[in-house]
Amino acid sequence: MDKIKVLVAKPGLDGHDRGAKVVARALRDAGMEVIYTGLRQTPEMVVEAALQEDVDFVALSILSGAHMTIFPRVLEKLREAGLDHVVLTGGGIIPPEDMDKLHQMGINKLFGPGTSLEEIVNYFKEEGAKKKVS
Amino acid sequence: MNYNDAAFLTERIPLGDKRALSRAITLVENEDPRALKIERDLYSLTGKAYRVGITGPPGAGKSTLVNVLAKEFKSRGNKVGIIAVDPTSPFTGGALLGDRIRMGAALADHEIFMRSMASRGGTGGLARTTTQVADVMDSFGFDVLIIETVGVGQLELDIAGAVDTTVVVLVPEAGGGVQAMKAGLIEIADIFAINKADRDGAEILKSELQDALSLMPAIKNGSWDLPVKLTVALEGRGVKELVDTVYKHKEHLEASGKFHKNRQSQAEIKIRDIVRAEIGKRLWMNPSLKSVLDSLSGFCVEGKIDPYSAARTFLQSAEAQR
Amino acid sequence: MITSEEKSVVKTDLEKPAAKKSKQRKEFFRNSSGMDINNLYTQDDISGMDFEGEVGLPGQYPYTRGVHETMYRGRLWTMRQFSGFATPEDTNRRYHYLLKHGQMGLSVAFDMPTLMGYDSDHPFALGEVGRCGVAVDTLADMEVIFRGLPLDKISTSMTINGPSSIILAMYIAVAEKQGVAQEQLRGTLQNDILKEYIAQKEWIYPPKPSMKLIVDTIEYGTRHTPEWNTISISGYHIREAGATAVQELAFTLADGFAYVEAAMERGIDVDSFAPRLSFFFNSHNNFFEEIAKFRAARRIWAKRMKEKYGAKNPKSWMLRFHTQTAGCTLTAQQPENNIVRVAYQAMAAALGGTQSLHTNSMDETLALPTEKAVKISLRTQQILAHETGVTDTVDPLAGSYFVEAMTNKMEEECEKYFEKIAHYGGVIESIHNSFFQREIAQAAYTQQKLVDSKDEIIVGVNGFVDEEEETDIPLLRIDPEIENKKVRELKELKASRNQETLKEKLDAVTQAAKNDENTMYAILDAVRVYGSVGEIVDALKVVYGEYREPAVF
Repeated sequence: MDKIKVLVAKPGLDGHDRGAKVVARALRDAGMEVIYTGLRQTPEMVVEAALQEDVDFVALSILSGAHMTIFPRVLEKLREAGLDHVVLTGGGIIPPEDMDKLHQMGINKLFGPGTSLEEIVNYFKEEGAKKKVS
Repeated sequence: MNYNDAAFLTERIPLGDKRALSRAITLVENEDPRALKIERDLYSLTGKAYRVGITGPPGAGKSTLVNVLAKEFKSRGNKVGIIAVDPTSPFTGGALLGDRIRMGAALADHEIFMRSMASRGGTGGLARTTTQVADVMDSFGFDVLIIETVGVGQLELDIAGAVDTTVVVLVPEAGGGVQAMKAGLIEIADIFAINKADRDGAEILKSELQDALSLMPAIKNGSWDLPVKLTVALEGRGVKELVDTVYKHKEHLEASGKFHKNRQSQAEIKIRDIVRAEIGKRLWMNPSLKSVLDSLSGFCVEGKIDPYSAARTFLQSAEAQR
Repeated sequence: MITSEEKSVVKTDLEKPAAKKSKQRKEFFRNSSGMDINNLYTQDDISGMDFEGEVGLPGQYPYTRGVHETMYRGRLWTMRQFSGFATPEDTNRRYHYLLKHGQMGLSVAFDMPTLMGYDSDHPFALGEVGRCGVAVDTLADMEVIFRGLPLDKISTSMTINGPSSIILAMYIAVAEKQGVAQEQLRGTLQNDILKEYIAQKEWIYPPKPSMKLIVDTIEYGTRHTPEWNTISISGYHIREAGATAVQELAFTLADGFAYVEAAMERGIDVDSFAPRLSFFFNSHNNFFEEIAKFRAARRIWAKRMKEKYGAKNPKSWMLRFHTQTAGCTLTAQQPENNIVRVAYQAMAAALGGTQSLHTNSMDETLALPTEKAVKISLRTQQILAHETGVTDTVDPLAGSYFVEAMTNKMEEECEKYFEKIAHYGGVIESIHNSFFQREIAQAAYTQQKLVDSKDEIIVGVNGFVDEEEETDIPLLRIDPEIENKKVRELKELKASRNQETLKEKLDAVTQAAKNDENTMYAILDAVRVYGSVGEIVDALKVVYGEYREPAVF
């Protein structure tokens, strides 16, 4: 029985966890196992959690505007820890041009404001299925 | 470097490779065929970790208590591992595992290893594979393993068969000693912790529990007087004393020979479980026996045979097949 | 005069065609609070109520119709746009500009590390220094922010909660240096920690010691800063976290009563501080629901303050509030539509009788607003005030069957929540039991599901979508060098202080907390010797510990 496992994390100081929690619940309701780290996580804490929990995805929610600092940092730490197979994704207030830049660095799909839960759930299902096959 | 290879993982785990441990746990949890080899090969390394179970009703503050207990054990020079079980939704098969939230700073220094487990249909407060996961973690070299049950309020009594010391956590408003007795908690508890003890009613609950205990002196462990400790986990109060009590219980188990006896009966349970699973596999996976079963169940429906006689007939055909 | 018999005929006649003959657009019509909206409201819906006692007249108890007799005919609401600037120097320049243009009220927005009690050189501050407001580490920063600004002439609003008493102490210390007596200081401190546990999550210590610190500021205020508003009790953030209108109303008022009770327990006379309490609400999309919420808020507050807490000063009964339009209703898609949303929300606030208003800018879902967007949002208020005519009479919706029925319903549902909170043992126990957090998480999830299923339409997002939309909004960016400079300066300043005196003063803060004294005096001493926000917070953490969030979804 292979479950898709997702780590949902809120790095940085902003406390707006409404989106993170709604997404965590939607993924749970879609049959996934979701580990929620809570607020105020450093990139190091996020990656250590990903390692200990052996997750398929790390999903970051960032609304503070610090995405250009935090996403690359988490990606770098994931690679240092040898967790190249973990898909790094997330959402928040991220302008399209920043999304492009982050995507080029190797961060997977990012979701902006107004994305439907269905779209998010489908993304995790599709990417998850790919991983479980390979 | 292949973290999908069982042999590689068994080689790396004793060397302290956390990623290998983490992956091995996943295989065990998934009941992957590769897990068998891992569990077998690492078994000789198990037995060193002292296992402490934390159980109790929802809202008792178990996660917070686990957090401070882990820190206290660590500060005494122990390598600490945690397994926290959360419920799997019976409707969707998904789970929300939120125990890391409570851990905060204890996990920040990366010296405590915590694994969240979804119950995945397991009843009794644990996942079906929690004991095996604990064994794999044991082989990694933890000195102390803390296992926290689901905590959704159902009977969570399996924990006692999986650990050395069971701490039952209650809160003043939990409904008193009689409730605890009814719920079977007294039978499994080695230590009671009344958490949130700064609230009204903590002392009352304590004396109620002690009264209830005095009525049933011979329930188990003879010479072990079941202690009732007061804690305020949120503020770290009473935690040192609780850990001291865990160690006292450990000494008691060792001095009385019960440590060995308990572990032996736990091993017996493991063997029984494996045998049961193996017999099941041999019986139900065998195609010719399956057709015997099909016709017997058909006869049952038609009233030609009763289920007990059918079972006897089935076992006879199984014997004959060997 | 219509007899009740005639009326019922009229009603059924009117109901019939809508209910039976023509099919309605939706199976249910509900507002955000999940209340069913009837096809039609008539006198029957408010027939049981004591109109004079429950609604009455503006400027009179229970103030359902507003706290002023003449309302906006006397004075318009204050148009207060809250904004953040990265450095103390920029902030100071901006304030000089505003004062030159006739504004007398200043508003300070702090950056995240300051709000959480971390200094700019703390690892948690990385990437966040000066990002959504000004970074304040020590008194030196406050001296720069208010350089050349006469604190006896201006009023300052400071949006901060966890470390609020430290910031207030710094403000008082700046006044001292200017030679201004603290009795003359005017302004508002948000200082509402309860909603942080409930919604915004900018907490430091556990709830109980946090309440103690707030009562310390209230007590200090009644003794030394009588013109200062010590708390602004905020529902805004509760709503933004996903609460419904009635949850916003109930939880905010419950918080307000919790502060009143805490101060009274300290032995402070209710009428000595209650007139200085104010509120901060959200104005969301559902027009009449919002108006009803504002009207009900005033009535509930007045009744309880008078009847339950025995306040005698009518000023203690009056609920005065600031409103901000709902940030969470802004969409990143077709952002210009946000101008329209903001306009309706602003009108609801005006019809609800707000004392001041912040209108959001259309591009705020993407980043800090640009100057042009800020200007449009201010113009929205000006058009509302000067062109629409809604300001020409007081509480124009009073007597509307629908609005009065809705106001009653709001009060009723709010009372139900008060009962639940009491059942848990009060606000703090409800926080410990995650009651609020669960209610809000559930409401947020339900609302998102409604949007996903298109039972709720958001124009441009799940309906009327422009497939080939290209958003081209210029975004304001913060120069990363600001952070480096701030950290450098802080390190220099920290090294230049007399370490012995500093340690002595910080120890005194810890000691005051240990002895359960009013901490304001020791904090004042510590800020005077340039103790930093982070250092003073740490000195208190020794005694109070830190709060950790519960796992609630």
